[in-house]
Amino acid sequence: MNESTSVLFDQPGPRGRRRIRMFNAVASLLLVALAVFVILRLHNPPDGENQLSWELWKPALDREAWTDFYLPGLWMTVKAAVVAVVGSIVFGIVFGIGRLVPNMLVRAVSAVIVEFFRAVPELLLMVFFWRWFAFAGLSSPSYWAVVGGLVLYNGSVIAELVRSGVGNLPHGQREAALALGLSPMQSLMTVEVPQALIAMLPATITQLVVVLKDTALGSIIMYTDLLQESRRLGAMYFNILQTLVVAGIIYFVLDWLLSRLAERMPALMKGRTYGNTVTEPTAPIAIMDATNANQIADAQEGERPYGGADRQFPDHYHGSNATTDHWQHAHYSHGHDRNHPVSHPQHPFPKLPIDRRETGKGSDGSPDDSAGAV
Amino acid sequence: MEAFLDLFREYDIPGAFWVNIQLTFWGAVISLLLGVILVMMRICPVSSLRGFATAYVEFFKNMPLTIIMVFMVLGMFGQLKLSFSDDFDINFFWLAVTGLALYTASFVCESLRSGINTVPMGQAEACRALGLSFWQSASQVILPQAFRGSVAPMGNTLIALIKNSTVAAAASVTTETSSVMSDMIEFHASQILQIFFIFALGYVILIIPIGLLTTYLSNRLAVRR
Repeated sequence: MNESTSVLFDQPGPRGRRRIRMFNAVASLLLVALAVFVILRLHNPPDGENQLSWELWKPALDREAWTDFYLPGLWMTVKAAVVAVVGSIVFGIVFGIGRLVPNMLVRAVSAVIVEFFRAVPELLLMVFFWRWFAFAGLSSPSYWAVVGGLVLYNGSVIAELVRSGVGNLPHGQREAALALGLSPMQSLMTVEVPQALIAMLPATITQLVVVLKDTALGSIIMYTDLLQESRRLGAMYFNILQTLVVAGIIYFVLDWLLSRLAERMPALMKGRTYGNTVTEPTAPIAIMDATNANQIADAQEGERPYGGADRQFPDHYHGSNATTDHWQHAHYSHGHDRNHPVSHPQHPFPKLPIDRRETGKGSDGSPDDSAGAV
Repeated sequence: MEAFLDLFREYDIPGAFWVNIQLTFWGAVISLLLGVILVMMRICPVSSLRGFATAYVEFFKNMPLTIIMVFMVLGMFGQLKLSFSDDFDINFFWLAVTGLALYTASFVCESLRSGINTVPMGQAEACRALGLSFWQSASQVILPQAFRGSVAPMGNTLIALIKNSTVAAAASVTTETSSVMSDMIEFHASQILQIFFIFALGYVILIIPIGLLTTYLSNRLAVRR
């Protein structure tokens, strides 16, 4: 994880080492001063009581606190998170494939659904479901509202991961499948989507961290999750700060473990797919999936999957990057073949059955541009 | 139709969105500043700063925003008596902005770092071969390319910030959209769908242009290699 940042500075010489030591000492002093300031503030807040006293920490940490508040709260959190994860993976795969199938109506409907739920804040969805389920007389409306909100938003994000996973596959995969006589649908289901699913696994696990974090939104709609329970406990003993710290640590440990897993995944998945296993620091929420994952993958000298040829990632996304129809218009950044018809967008393409759209935009610029400005 | 228009007369819906836009604006400004400082600390040779920045980012990246918001009001203000103003509304607004900015800063830092990852190692190696110092190679070669590569994740972070501004409800900001929507539904249960779509469409209208701009700019600015 650090190799790309550490190349910025070489093994320093004696003078460099001295300078770094000096800066290090100053910086450490500043950080210690910051810590002391925080502790002093905790110890003696203006006209408040000492927040470090055991009287306040004891009720936040003793047995009853765990058995009556944190553990039941954690169970509710996990219950919502697990159901939401399963739901959003199903939702994501269904609508992700829905956005790629040859049928235009299915594509359009899936696109509207996915784009809508990616744009609406989860909290609005949860509040809406909560009120709606409560009026409808459903039992435990806040639980289903939390699950519903999480599934619709995270499912849409996973749908986009499936779609951009397919779009980021080298187009040779589809070309080869079609050349072997598979139909576009067969190529999609048997060649492209399976590889995309493996490629998107790391990003999906990152999304699980988001699901777990966002269950805490449930406390706003009165769902008795870990956050809500710790607030209740804190309200009893007037030590909300302390109980929130304990709850925060529990959330942090769970999320941190999942994050570590997500960080290890790309290396494991790399050899098993021609897709791009790089994860983004942020979920793909912008319409048309702006991403720099391909540029990162390009910058890293990765292994070749299956011991095959160098990977080629498209260096330009054509609007919503990943309708499979666009495969003829991909620009490759390296391994570029100047003689291939793809490099010459004016070239009249042979009309293929899957290329339903008229030449349309055709290209994004001159042949030089598509040559990747070598 | 008349009932629908009454909703607009009774509640200040554009005003609610305006609160969210203000939260987003201040959150974006402060988190951008913090994020740039953090990423500089994260790539610098001084190990204590690097450690601090890594710890900060890991902490806020793995912490639910809701708990940060609740902590801001009940912990920071309630028990540590940290307040921005005597006026409760203004105080809660700025506590919410602080929570949002602290949280988002870690994602800004990660976005910029992912931008740095788009610069091939060869660039840094070439800098070293030319004898450039850390600051020279960072400011002249690496960061200018990294900023161009980080447009896409930064756009996604901004969109996430807009959506997250609704979580200010957890910090007792009652004039923002999710609280207003909750109130409206409570008193106009029969119009629940209309009310939801008013707010949902508001966000779609806010977010889609930013998404389009992000995609356009990141295509436009990407360094072709």
